[in-house]
Amino acid sequence: MNFELTNEQQMLKEMVQDFADKEIVPYAREVDETSKMRYETFEKLGELGLLGIPFPEKYGGAGGDTISYCIAVEEIGKACGGTGLSYAANTSLGASPIYYFGTEEQKQEWLVPMAKGKTMGAFGLTEPNAGSDAGGTRTRAILDGDEWVINGEKCWITNAGYSRQIIVTAVTGKREDGRNIVSAIIVPSDTPGVTISCNYDKMGVRGSNTCEIILENVRVPRANLLGDEKKGFSQFLFTLDGGRISIAALSVGIAQAALDKALQFAKERQQFGQSISKFQAIQFKLADMAMELELARNQVYKAAWLKDQGKPFGKEAAFAKLFASEAGFRICNQAIQIHGGSGYMKEYDVERYLRDIKLMEIGEGTSEIQRLVIARHLGC
Amino acid sequence: MNIFVLLKRTFDTEEKITIAKGAINEEGAEFIINPYDEYAVEEAIQLRDNHGGEVTVVTVGNEEAEKQLRTALAMGADKAVLINTEDDLESGDQFTTAKILAEYLKDKEADIILAGNVAIDSGSGQVGPRVADLLDIPYVTTITNLEISGETVTVVRDVEGDSETIETKLPVLVTAQQGLNEPRYPSLPGIMKAKKKPLEELELDDLDLDEDDVEAKTKVVEIFLPPTKEAGRVLEGELDAQVKELVNLLHKEAKVI
Repeated sequence: MNFELTNEQQMLKEMVQDFADKEIVPYAREVDETSKMRYETFEKLGELGLLGIPFPEKYGGAGGDTISYCIAVEEIGKACGGTGLSYAANTSLGASPIYYFGTEEQKQEWLVPMAKGKTMGAFGLTEPNAGSDAGGTRTRAILDGDEWVINGEKCWITNAGYSRQIIVTAVTGKREDGRNIVSAIIVPSDTPGVTISCNYDKMGVRGSNTCEIILENVRVPRANLLGDEKKGFSQFLFTLDGGRISIAALSVGIAQAALDKALQFAKERQQFGQSISKFQAIQFKLADMAMELELARNQVYKAAWLKDQGKPFGKEAAFAKLFASEAGFRICNQAIQIHGGSGYMKEYDVERYLRDIKLMEIGEGTSEIQRLVIARHLGC
Repeated sequence: MNIFVLLKRTFDTEEKITIAKGAINEEGAEFIINPYDEYAVEEAIQLRDNHGGEVTVVTVGNEEAEKQLRTALAMGADKAVLINTEDDLESGDQFTTAKILAEYLKDKEADIILAGNVAIDSGSGQVGPRVADLLDIPYVTTITNLEISGETVTVVRDVEGDSETIETKLPVLVTAQQGLNEPRYPSLPGIMKAKKKPLEELELDDLDLDEDDVEAKTKVVEIFLPPTKEAGRVLEGELDAQVKELVNLLHKEAKVI
């Protein structure tokens, strides 16, 4: 066992931290207020090679490990939850499926520019009646000659407004037992019939771009099918497992920001003749926050490590996502409490952390779905 | 062009510094590349990119400094050298460091040596000039601009907020002042490549030096933190009387005039 980060991981952490302090933190409040993603940040992240961390060099990536990727997500999320969400979704959901299931041609065409940071990508799974319940998928793709013709509707799709392509899940046929086969198809965003509108007014992670997609007789080449047509959706569960680790890492980042602010405030705020950090009521809160944060981070690293080792990590990823998001919510909530009235004011940032972290208990599988996943792993 | 950078690992002075047993408490402190040395690394990389050649980063220290060297490699330096004095020296000063560096550099045929203007920890600003002196080459300190054309080096240096333009010849040693450039972030591919770049480790023996040759010329007698800031005082009364009292206090109590 070794709990120490490698030299490279440590260097990456410092680099991302420096970058985030100068390029992300100063805009965090603005992107929250305007609900507009700052694309320039992503161009710069791309220049630094951060949009391709876990992909091999031959696909334009940096050949880093999942732990390095989690470190980057945490540091970016610490600076701005919304930016962190778009960053994590771009890699975990936009690029990873192409890396894991794409053909060589698909990788060259779609993954390489993403890993190099030249383009962004999205994953369109959720529909008004389907998300974790993939069986509820209504979007249909019908083969017409050498083309898929896709019709349907997707909602809450991260980064779609800035994406060159969207991986869309759609029903492509029926299995022998009568159940739908749900496949994934790469749809270039500029294909006729694709309408993307990004008008959601979200509670938090407002610096992240979220869109609704309407697909009307969208025709894409048959070769755009991603992965094995017959295996359908089950192959993408692997992608979702990986995505959960990054949502957990993002939760840790937001919660770390909340703890940092709360600790600083507690030391500075004077009441009854001393700083409030001298009161046990506040100390106990801070102690619990620090403990839960560290436990969450350890679980993120463990799940990431398992993935890097090529071992099963589905259960551990669900542990990480469930614990980090729920503990993170508690931490952000207590950070406001420690700030008292000031915490309720936007200028102290902690209210934003709570709004941002709430999504972590919902996105990429709600806490309830995580419990289901864990229970299934236990053999229930 | 054969380019060398002298680099120091220092603690981050933006972090809280504590003192224990007459020494700065290193536990829990953050360590970084001396910020002025970062300007030197950046300038060296730009020189190499424009004129060709190779950038070698050199430090005197212990194994811990490998991380700062790797960071410089990740920024784009080609080679790193760690002169590890951990087993040989208990303490050293500017003389020690300069002597070791000069001994290492004397047969390297450096065209230009870059260093930080000052280290943010001990802040002597001596090592660069001393090395140049021992190597018998010219040096220019606190530079804010550097241009090299053939053998001619044109340098702008910061002189108490004003600037002075100096022309000299290669080989030369310069020390970097803030404003010389904007150091780049080590990119991720840079970090991954840094792992594979050569990092040579030397000891005093390898430089034919004995402990006695580099024995410190100075001794640290005491280290203490600046006095904590005390609450301010607001003077009252007529303006004239306030001014008189202020002058009086500055003279008698604060002893600054």
